[in-house]
Amino acid sequence: MIGGFFLLLACDLLGEALRDLMHLPIPGPVVGMLLLAVCLTLRSHRSGRELPPQLEHSAEALIANMGLLFVPAGVGVITQTSVLESEWLPILAGLIGSTLLGLIATALTMRLVLRKPKPDPRHPLDGGRR
Amino acid sequence: MIDTIEAAWSPLAATPLFWIVVTVGSFLAAKRLNRICNGSAAANPVLLAILLTAVVVAVSRVPYPTYFAGAQFINFLLGPTTVALAVPMARNMRHIKSTAPALALALTVGLLVSISSGIGLVWLLGGSHAVALSMAPKNATTPIAIVLSQQIGGLPALTATLAILGGIISAMIRRHLFSFLSIDDHRTHGFVAGVVGSGVAAAEVSSLSGLAAGFAALGIALNGAVTALVMPLLAVFWH
Repeated sequence: MIGGFFLLLACDLLGEALRDLMHLPIPGPVVGMLLLAVCLTLRSHRSGRELPPQLEHSAEALIANMGLLFVPAGVGVITQTSVLESEWLPILAGLIGSTLLGLIATALTMRLVLRKPKPDPRHPLDGGRR
Repeated sequence: MIDTIEAAWSPLAATPLFWIVVTVGSFLAAKRLNRICNGSAAANPVLLAILLTAVVVAVSRVPYPTYFAGAQFINFLLGPTTVALAVPMARNMRHIKSTAPALALALTVGLLVSISSGIGLVWLLGGSHAVALSMAPKNATTPIAIVLSQQIGGLPALTATLAILGGIISAMIRRHLFSFLSIDDHRTHGFVAGVVGSGVAAAEVSSLSGLAAGFAALGIALNGAVTALVMPLLAVFWH
């Protein structure tokens, strides 16, 4: 558990460092996520190994409770009461309207161009497990 | 009696630990409420937890920075958790590779529709320029959205609120909308949640399957990168 958590923190730090060095427009954690995903994929391609179990445990524990982590920033809504009061209609309509239209547009495009998946039982990382 | 409570309360409300306990407690209560409602999407646990916590903060008359001084320790875990999304992504890399062209197209169409309709609706209904620009980057994951909002002249704090509320709305309506459109492909569920709703919606879609979680992670990453590249252009052409 702690070994996996260390790996996640280290990738986070590495992502932050790379972002600073290369002046990337994406935040450090997203850079770290892409780095780790590429490393894990290369590792399984080369040696056919499964993911490290320590990492899987930590990742699963964090992802399962990810909703909690948005609460502190979400409570920040209480600092926005004045603009929410004066412009509630454009904000509400824009928020709901653009979310709904964005969902429909993305989903319909995918349905239009996506083919049915072909499961491959021989692939080491393949499967629906979380 | 009230004096005694006040005397005990004031120093307590100033400690970081108190607000961590309130935030985690609210989330657990929200999850329980969601279970009581049979996991209904309308009883979104993130929304309920934010409301419960906000009520405690408001009732204790504590300013938001005091609350956040404690809650930042929870907020901090967003970094390693975003990195953790690499695990479902790596597990489903083969599916991701085989669908790359479809994903690129869906991302482009989805972002164009969502950004332009957000700005357009605010503008049509007489909203201010700053609010419209705060709406534009809200689909990107919260930390990206905040930085972009600042860059293009929006209100970063409002964008953070909109990003989280947009994610909650997306999580609340996606399942119903998709059953109406007869879509049950977990790749679509995941990717759409990541693109329109980022982390909050990804948290909800992860309970569907690992396949959905992997595609949601990819949606967050791609959306963040593309929005970050597109927003400065918006600021140039529309000011």
